[in-house]
Amino acid sequence: MVVTQPGDLHEEHEHEHVHLPQHRHHFETEEQQREAASFGMWLFLLTEIMFFGGLFMAYLLYRNWYNPAFVAASHTLSIKLGALNTAILITSGFCMAMAVWAAETRKRKALVNFLGLTNFFGIAFLVVKYFEYAEKWHDSHIPGLKFSIADFGKLGVDMAQKTQVYYSLYFAMTGMHALHMIIGIVLIFWYMVRANRGEFTEGYVAPIENFGLYWHFVDIVWIFLFPLLYLIDLGAK
Amino acid sequence: MSDLHHDPANITNPEHHEHHIVGPSTYLVIYGTLLALTAITVAAAFVEMGALNPIVAVLIAVIKATVVILWFMHMKYQSKLLKLTIGAGVFTFLVLIAMTLSDYMSRAWGLW
Repeated sequence: MVVTQPGDLHEEHEHEHVHLPQHRHHFETEEQQREAASFGMWLFLLTEIMFFGGLFMAYLLYRNWYNPAFVAASHTLSIKLGALNTAILITSGFCMAMAVWAAETRKRKALVNFLGLTNFFGIAFLVVKYFEYAEKWHDSHIPGLKFSIADFGKLGVDMAQKTQVYYSLYFAMTGMHALHMIIGIVLIFWYMVRANRGEFTEGYVAPIENFGLYWHFVDIVWIFLFPLLYLIDLGAK
Repeated sequence: MSDLHHDPANITNPEHHEHHIVGPSTYLVIYGTLLALTAITVAAAFVEMGALNPIVAVLIAVIKATVVILWFMHMKYQSKLLKLTIGAGVFTFLVLIAMTLSDYMSRAWGLW
């Protein structure tokens, strides 16, 4: 914390800051406003943790109940595509972090470019996801729409039917994650237009910073989905 | 983004932290760490460890998430208010998971 100089210097400084266009009158200081914004964003993310948490809870429970079905069904996922997507999403997260840095250091061009890269990798993730979903469609592994237990004959009919629980959760969880990404991608396009106008490189970085929190949160959801859906049953027979 | 503090008495926001800008070199290190951890978790999945496999996978995921939260999401540089709030939220979430699981898993205790 920096000790403020009393007297004229301080007064002048405060005066200058109070008139920044983004500073709302009900906040004492710009920093306070910024922390309030970040606090609000984090509260929203906590509700998101609880929301995805319900799905993770369902996954844990059914995985215990129908373990053979979950093992067999998770073996049909492609680890290569899953790992590729993890790397793509981490790259996208890195670009987002760099975008926040560019906004903070007032580099307009860099901000637009990093937002563009974030979006590029976000879309690449969805393209890979599309191929994974297409494969599930082709193999008739889509509960309620196109489902056959032909691949799971050795489980016995009852347990083989339970693979539908796995695929339901797979589509619910990855689908909800993809929906969050689609929302993020649309927002990034909007932020790119505004960043290009120079809106976030004059000291008003809260929207970029908070969007960064959202994007990283979506990364974190995938960081858990990848091992749970793709990896943990690899060694099990 | 001034480096001068506006609230000399420090009344309005005692937890106030100066804004800390995390730079590209830190982000690159974090990026490399996350990629390395991804490679490790994939490799670990191919090693047969029985009941340890899920534990190792989830443990690595927790480490990755923590790294993302601390550096990409700047939690390391935030105020105590924010740290405590997030900590409390995550703790509540873990309590909910643990209580629900302990209920379901103990319902048929001894019957199997």
